Amino acid sequence: MLHDRDRIFTNLYGERPWNLEAARRRGDWDGTKEIILKGRDWLVKEMKESGLRGRGGAGFPTGLKWSFMPKQADGPVYLVVNADESEPGTCKDREIIRNEPHKLIEGCLLAGAAMGCTAGYIYIRGEFVREAQILQAAIEEAYAAGLIGKNACGSGYDFELYLHRGAGAYICGEETGLLESLEGKKGQPRLKPPFPAAVGLYGRPTTVNNVETIAVVPTIYRRGAAWFAGLGRPNNTGTKIFCISGHVNHPCTVEEEMGIPLKTLLEKHAGGVRGGWDNLLAVIPGGSSVPLIPKEICDSVRMDFDSLREVQSGLGTAGVIVMDRSTDIVKAIARLSKFYMHESCGQCTPCREGTGWLWRMMERMAKGEAEPAEIDQLLDVTKEIEGHTICALGDAAAWPVQGLIRHFRGELERRIRERKLVVKRAA
Amino acid sequence: MSAAPGAKKPYGAMAPDVDRFAFTPENLEEAKRILARYPPGRQASAVLPLLHLAQAQHGGWLPKAALDYVAEFLGMAKIRVYEVASFYDMFNIEPVGRVQVRVCTTTPCWLCGSDAVLKAAREVLGCEPGESSPDGRFYLREFECLGACANAPVLWIDDDFYEDLTYERAKAVLEAVVRGERPEPGPQSGRKGSMPAGGKTTLLEVGE
Repeated sequence: MLHDRDRIFTNLYGERPWNLEAARRRGDWDGTKEIILKGRDWLVKEMKESGLRGRGGAGFPTGLKWSFMPKQADGPVYLVVNADESEPGTCKDREIIRNEPHKLIEGCLLAGAAMGCTAGYIYIRGEFVREAQILQAAIEEAYAAGLIGKNACGSGYDFELYLHRGAGAYICGEETGLLESLEGKKGQPRLKPPFPAAVGLYGRPTTVNNVETIAVVPTIYRRGAAWFAGLGRPNNTGTKIFCISGHVNHPCTVEEEMGIPLKTLLEKHAGGVRGGWDNLLAVIPGGSSVPLIPKEICDSVRMDFDSLREVQSGLGTAGVIVMDRSTDIVKAIARLSKFYMHESCGQCTPCREGTGWLWRMMERMAKGEAEPAEIDQLLDVTKEIEGHTICALGDAAAWPVQGLIRHFRGELERRIRERKLVVKRAA
Repeated sequence: MSAAPGAKKPYGAMAPDVDRFAFTPENLEEAKRILARYPPGRQASAVLPLLHLAQAQHGGWLPKAALDYVAEFLGMAKIRVYEVASFYDMFNIEPVGRVQVRVCTTTPCWLCGSDAVLKAAREVLGCEPGESSPDGRFYLREFECLGACANAPVLWIDDDFYEDLTYERAKAVLEAVVRGERPEPGPQSGRKGSMPAGGKTTLLEVGE
């Protein structure tokens, strides 16, 4: 269990002001200049040693990602922060932005220094109107105090930081869709390669990182890579903000140690499952894109990248969606299929057409209006989408349905059987 | 795109279609400040912020004249602005009510009772999702995940989130909005942010 002294986000609930003065009292912007002066190589090396893996869902090692940026670049180099938080079940970046904006801004500066970036853009989802107002005000505070901009913190390093508002499109959370959107286009993802580190925003070297990833950077530098690496489990280090929603007694966000058992997480912080642990049906542990896990797995699984991968799911964004035994599990997943259909950008045929197929089939499955053989057909449709699209939205649409079939095939079959009986009786 | 020629639109309290659009002096200043965030020659980047600005100025929707104005302002082909305006969910390119009411109905909110929130919205506003209220003041929509799942279910009215809703709480908020009031946004359950309702389980030792 994580001690309060090891928590990074001490104002997670907004109990104290977000402003610069209050942030400084929490330890933000302390010795930032000295950290910058340790130089690029040290900054990247230290980040690698911390073991930090990206908090946006994919879990790619942050230090390694940073090391892909060119050592020498003649012209602008960009850091882009993905604040387009819209993965169903996920509400952590919102808390950082509205309650700890200075951790994010200082993180931008330090990440920028580590990669030799000339400027940073924070792309915030359009729906977060109030959060964007707070972040803009915090950026202006940081400029006014000389913390960012020319000669940031008196370090001799120049770094500009801008806020950019999106307008309601899940696909802009995909890093290249985000870059397209930031360039003023529809948010349709780009083919990779080239990767953004080579050809990113405006064709320049760019790294895209999630809000939480960037916001933990200053604390890691201040307390040391060894401190961060000492928390959690090997290859799954540090702390993580978990978002717990659905059928728990006290839904909440909470910062905990990576690798905490799911059961402990829910019982310690979220007041337990509604009606008790035995009333649990299933959990989607990492935002809507990862496959659900049934209660038997929830009993013992740990919340980290590798543990959840071993049970054919994923940590994703750590958006934990809890469903008790009253849940119509097929309808719950069908609603996710509708989400992916709505959010498909329409660029790749398997996703544009396939997400609609999935939703229509899932709607029938929810009512049992199907033939038993269609369960395998549904699975086949997911396989036709998975891996056949430019970006991961296609995979994300496929996985929840695959998870449902993997663990609840019996429930799908039961509904089909019962529906047939009803039809037969009526005839 | 905007109203088809000759189509009858229930304008009521809605902002009407217009042949000409221009930013107000204040918005023109804001637009210039926004443009300064992007490198020279990259002004197309400002299209989303400027469309937000134009939509707010025009009472919640973007007539074709506003899209054309933004295109000219940014030196973009009109079609590029049209395709952006139709791609992103937050832009309305048909006349709609000025007050935008969106109910999140994605799975986390649905699990926590978004059906009841939607029912309250239908009853209070007197219209279905995707429609404006009969008096043209409100535009009701179902929206995809708003990113406040630990405070589900969520109702998003103009710039503010109303959270931790039940049928009764949603109804109370909406009835107040119909009366022209704006209740205090955030959790309607009385809890602070996304702290556990039973009291916080962490950050107990943290001082100022």
